[in-house]
Amino acid sequence: MDTSEDILQQASPDLVRGSDTARPAKAARLSPSFVSWLQAGPMMLVFLAFFLIPLVFVVIVSFWDYNEYQLLPAFSGRGYTDTFEGCIAQLPDLCTIAKTYLKTLKLCFLVWAITLFIGFWVAYFLAFHVKSKTWQMGLSLLCTIPFWTSNVIRMIAWIPLLGRNGLVNSGLMKTGLISQPLEWLLFSEFSVVLALVHLFTFFMVVPIFNSMIRIDKSLIEAAYDAGATGLQTLVNVIVPLAKPGIVIGSIFVITIVMGDFITIGVMGGQQIAAAGKIIETRVNALQFPAAAANAVILLVITFLIITMMSRIVDIKKEL
Amino acid sequence: MTKTTKTSGVSRRTLLKGTAGLAGLAAGSGAITGFPYVMSAEPKVLRYLGTAVNEGDDISKQCLKDTGIKIEYITATTDDVTKRVMTQPNSFDVLDTEYFSLKKLVPSGNILALDAKKIKEFDNITPVFTKGQTPGGKKIGGQGTAPWKVLYLEGKDSKKFATSATEFVTLIPTVYNADTLGIRPDLIKRPINSWSELLNPEFKGKASILNIPSIGIMDAAMVVEATGKYKYADKGNMTKEEIDLTMKVMTEAKKAGQFRAFWKDFNESVNLMASGETVIQSMWSPAVTKVRSMGIACTFQPLKEGYRSWASGFCVSKGVSGPKLDWAYEFVNWFLSGYAGAYLNRQGYYSAVLSTAKANMEPYEWAYWMEGKPAEKDIKAPDGSLLEKAGAVRDGGSYEDRMGAVACWNAVMDENDYMVRKWNEFIAA
Repeated sequence: MDTSEDILQQASPDLVRGSDTARPAKAARLSPSFVSWLQAGPMMLVFLAFFLIPLVFVVIVSFWDYNEYQLLPAFSGRGYTDTFEGCIAQLPDLCTIAKTYLKTLKLCFLVWAITLFIGFWVAYFLAFHVKSKTWQMGLSLLCTIPFWTSNVIRMIAWIPLLGRNGLVNSGLMKTGLISQPLEWLLFSEFSVVLALVHLFTFFMVVPIFNSMIRIDKSLIEAAYDAGATGLQTLVNVIVPLAKPGIVIGSIFVITIVMGDFITIGVMGGQQIAAAGKIIETRVNALQFPAAAANAVILLVITFLIITMMSRIVDIKKEL
Repeated sequence: MTKTTKTSGVSRRTLLKGTAGLAGLAAGSGAITGFPYVMSAEPKVLRYLGTAVNEGDDISKQCLKDTGIKIEYITATTDDVTKRVMTQPNSFDVLDTEYFSLKKLVPSGNILALDAKKIKEFDNITPVFTKGQTPGGKKIGGQGTAPWKVLYLEGKDSKKFATSATEFVTLIPTVYNADTLGIRPDLIKRPINSWSELLNPEFKGKASILNIPSIGIMDAAMVVEATGKYKYADKGNMTKEEIDLTMKVMTEAKKAGQFRAFWKDFNESVNLMASGETVIQSMWSPAVTKVRSMGIACTFQPLKEGYRSWASGFCVSKGVSGPKLDWAYEFVNWFLSGYAGAYLNRQGYYSAVLSTAKANMEPYEWAYWMEGKPAEKDIKAPDGSLLEKAGAVRDGGSYEDRMGAVACWNAVMDENDYMVRKWNEFIAA
């Protein structure tokens, strides 16, 4: 919210000036700060009504009690204590929630690292090697292809490719590279990471591309003229200037993967735990306070990660 | 300046707009009376909340033709149906749901029991529901939430299940079936006759169960009991120790790589089986039919320990009254009058009133689906597609054989909360 206000405050003087020329008498009565509020207002209201208020409810409900069929609005820490059940008693073995989050964080890290690597180079190619604007647009639209089909179809389509009798296995067996089908191609961490990378690299490409396209080309020429090698230009000029894009892309990917349970469920053969899956199971069993407690935990952990990342790069300043 | 004309605050134009709007509102809300009221113009519409099982387009079309009632389907998964009844009881009129969810629905007070006296065919409903036995007199296993335990309420607004017959029926039965393991006989190549085969190391990496905790744990219990490790007093209502034991057995199997994947919806189970990713898994009857209609051998294997059964039926939302309630009764009566029953039987499910369904089926169809006899002619699905060639015999045989061998029913346990936590632990293991 701070970010959007800052942007609006920077932008509003221009807008007010713009309206000055059109209708001097009317605009003179509106103070710049009022215009800012007016501009930020609709978004703030949407944010308030559909995010902040529901979030407050989630936090409140997470401290309620429940039975088989209803919420009991009395203070209870049961949602939390149940969630962390056995975390101390079972030591040194990990409890369910710790195992689940370790697994989720591991998947999250892998997906983040791979999407960052691929996304960076795709964005680099689009920004610096594709000269025409039309081609840049066209090629970035190509990155959206994974989204053209529904989630379910997309994921079912992996079976004929990676399955026991799928294309990859039968191809490898025909070439004689393997004699037994590779079981880990599907319903494994490998397939989960593959599907997530396939889906979410796009969210990395767009912000990084957006940062890169705004890099003043003369800076790169200057680096070149000053005798910098390609690598030095990359490390000292392009990466620092693309940082906001990298961080925004990372935030997208991390928040989506932390909350994902559908892709992890289908690609992991429902055998891999996910933070979101715990919430879903609880909601389906009508145990809303327990689900809410898990949602709060997920939110706090995701928020911590994002905070850590914005410590590294001050997005507000960089934008 | 032109703006001075607006100083009065309300211009003639805005005033006109305002009044026109108000008039429109009044007309819309029915505040204007005096228009001739045409009875037949009022469309008979019922919002029907349920799972996809009973919701055929053919059924709603036929219903409109026969009764003039337009059915608007609201389709959701079993869990989401329950959630919707709890949180938005006014968003539907007729509810079609499973008996096991009654343990949650009835205490919530959001559903209305129906009056048995107003159901024409009530006395002809199969004794599976009313007495817990087949028409041939075979006693049916009653572990779990068996329908006859929760069929009646003590009074109209009572939240207690009656132990003997009353006129207040929680759910008017519609459809039910007996579930077992589906297998790929072409890949297994030997007879399978026990639930314990699910954990047989021979099928390592090729087995599956469903990831719906309340149903999955019942299948798991069938397996544990079949291996001889433990005998449950009631698989549908385990103690904490029993839940721990069951999950321990399953967790060990999971860690040893027994399961290829768990499945959550119908299509997933079909894909797993059809692609050969799994060769043995818990399954639903129409899913087996679907795999077979793809030209792939798949058997809904009868097992010596018996079937896990489920059943669903109709009730209405607590908000339904007046003419709407009459339409609801008309619809339920129509549903039991034969067309829908025959439609369900032809998919491999069972209808609640057998006599009316039989009258709506060809004798060779009845013989194949219900009597377990070899098909005289090709067996077709309701949409006309070929299901079985002449000569085929239904897996598990006749209605008597299949329903008579039911061992337990889908259930909600008293320790449901604990069970769900343990299930999450199992998935994370």
